[in-house]
Amino acid sequence: MKPRSKIYVPRETSSISVGADDVALGIAREAKRTGTSIELIRNGSRGATWLEPLVEVEVDGTRIAYGSVSASDVPGIFAAGLVDGGEHPRRLGPVMEIDYLARQDRWTFWRCGLIDPLSLDDFRAHKGFSALEKAFGDGADAVLDAVSDSGLRGRGGAGFPTGIKWRTVAATAADQKYIACNADEGDSGTFSDRMLMEGDPLGLIESMAIAGFAVGASKGYIYLRSEYPLTHSILSRALDVARDTGWLGTNIQDSGFDFDIELHLGAGSYVCGEETAMLESLEGKKGIVRYKPPLPAHEGLFGKPTAVNNVVTLGSVPNIVNLGAERYARMGVNRSKGTLAFQLAGNIKRGGLVEKSFGLPLRELIEDWGGGTASGRPVKAVQVGGPLGAYLTAAQLDMPLDYEAFIEIGAMIGHGGIVVFDDTVDMAQQARFAMEFCAIESCGKCTPCRIGSTRGVEVIDRMIAGENREENYDLLVELCDTMEGASLCAMGGMTPYPVRSVLQHFAEDFASSGDKP
Amino acid sequence: MATRRIDKETTSEIVRHFGTRADMLVQILQAIVMRYGWVPEETIRQLADEVNLSRADVFGVVTYYHDFRTEPPGNHIVKVCQAEACQAMGSRALTKHARKALGANLHETNDDVTLEPVYCLGNCACAPAVMIDGKTHGRVNPARFDELVGAMKDSR
Ligand SMILES: Cc1cc2nc3c(=O)[nH]c(=O)nc-3n(C[C@H](O)[C@H](O)[C@H](O)COP(=O)(O)O)c2cc1C
Ligand code: SF4
Ligand code: FES
Repeated sequence: MKPRSKIYVPRETSSISVGADDVALGIAREAKRTGTSIELIRNGSRGATWLEPLVEVEVDGTRIAYGSVSASDVPGIFAAGLVDGGEHPRRLGPVMEIDYLARQDRWTFWRCGLIDPLSLDDFRAHKGFSALEKAFGDGADAVLDAVSDSGLRGRGGAGFPTGIKWRTVAATAADQKYIACNADEGDSGTFSDRMLMEGDPLGLIESMAIAGFAVGASKGYIYLRSEYPLTHSILSRALDVARDTGWLGTNIQDSGFDFDIELHLGAGSYVCGEETAMLESLEGKKGIVRYKPPLPAHEGLFGKPTAVNNVVTLGSVPNIVNLGAERYARMGVNRSKGTLAFQLAGNIKRGGLVEKSFGLPLRELIEDWGGGTASGRPVKAVQVGGPLGAYLTAAQLDMPLDYEAFIEIGAMIGHGGIVVFDDTVDMAQQARFAMEFCAIESCGKCTPCRIGSTRGVEVIDRMIAGENREENYDLLVELCDTMEGASLCAMGGMTPYPVRSVLQHFAEDFASSGDKP
Repeated sequence: MATRRIDKETTSEIVRHFGTRADMLVQILQAIVMRYGWVPEETIRQLADEVNLSRADVFGVVTYYHDFRTEPPGNHIVKVCQAEACQAMGSRALTKHARKALGANLHETNDDVTLEPVYCLGNCACAPAVMIDGKTHGRVNPARFDELVGAMKDSR
């Protein structure tokens, strides 16, 4: 018997963290109890995390959404006619008419939340693997041209042009080359890699295969952080699906191209997100940062040419192949082309993922999308770009989201995480944490990073305690300069950024820090 | 939780599953921790022999990574996120509450429950976040924390 309707409940970390599994269970139970035949699909998240668990029902081809559904709401919603999209206080109307989603520029995340992530049929029905097929037809050079012309830059943090990286790997002769997908996503305030992998894992597999085809690599690795167990299980199953259906392995779909992927887990080290530390870890060793040169593109994993790319960077490629570089390059501003999946986090009313073209002001994201702070109090500081990113003041929010504009003021966009703090935050503690985190996570190779960060915590503690505040202030500035100048990677090199931003804009918090609970 | 008995044959099985390759050491150790909860010294010795590395090499890798505990944890593991997005939503106060409720400081075990810090669970839009026995929870205030811990203890 054909089911009455298709009902979607996300199987995604954040949704489940606020009860989506119980909601799914409840819906299945109500269906059974009332003898209603439904098809329950566990999709990815649409990215409107503040509305999770977000339940959707397909009615005459339109998906109707119900937001913030809890398990205890389910019987009521079911009785109100969920299967036909019935009226209920939780009903939000057609999902794509929700303002938060309707106004996004979904290029990389367009399938996320739309499809059943583990169904090859659903994936294929939504252009899945069509970019890989097109790549086979157009040839590797055409893919390299498209990626270069699109202006796509690395979304892992450094913003390096992907086309240049891929061309370097393609041009380096070797008996074996690799694609290494960086899914370590260590930056606090970020979750876009996770959402993409949970919502469209076959898309990542396709993206990596395209990369492999373009540069001449027959093997790929995914380095996934261990903090994402659900993502691990979804990716593992997606890899099985792709292998079982001939989309991974030897002679993929009779193209003559061989490609397979090995999924590796990290082990709780932040610095293993740095590309060379990640390669060391993939080789089974301590995740200690390598000197560059050689670049990974020349000598990477096991000494072979390796394209290291972030999940979202890779995920942007299929549509570049399918729709053309020009369409991608037309979005964005200056040298920040295309879209970025911004992540609204921390003290924000409407947290979630917003994929938008570069160039909009930070304020628009925080106010129009985010709705301001969750606490309703004024914004005091915003950290953009993870733990190594500067804290911006409420007065700096009109900054356009553009890589270069951020660099100019000593900040960075990084992986696009935006963490909002209200006016109760003690910024001296935030500066202290930046140093403490560096001390905990330093790989230990450079003295300024390893020792300097511990010294930094001590100096800040003295400032907070009110001991020789001016002297210690100067000492901290000096320490920041040394760390920035003499560290091998951005862990030690950029920890000074959040610290300096606190000194510059929130220095008064050192005096009041002790007074707060 | 799965049985935590340290057993030579189980260890060998894990090593074989990863092709008895030294370059899979991090993966092997991750599987060991998932199985035993920690990496015992006898296992370090066995791994060194089986993948043909020095004990110092294996020990070095074990101590480098936060996930590879060298002390047995409790039957339940509670991780409270300490990173910025969670700080913005009160994770410092939540951590204080957790320490009191569990009677353990970070990295300590009490009454068979181990309390640990974690630096981001990717649940930053539902802060503060907590992971209990491998499952991530969001928007956790002290009352919800107590509820979750209660349910965890009932599942013993
Ligand atoms: C301390 C540190 C941590 C990093 N963590 C990550 C990470 O978790 N994920 C990521 O993609 N890139 C991370 N990076 C950036 C990588 O080194 C590298 O630039 C990136 O993976 C390259 O891919 P992309 O060009 O596609 O961005 C980190 C860098 C540093 C210095
Ligand atoms: S800056 Fe720190 S993390 Fe980076 S290589 Fe040096 S010691 Fe390692
Ligand atoms: S900062 Fe706590 S989950 Fe990301």
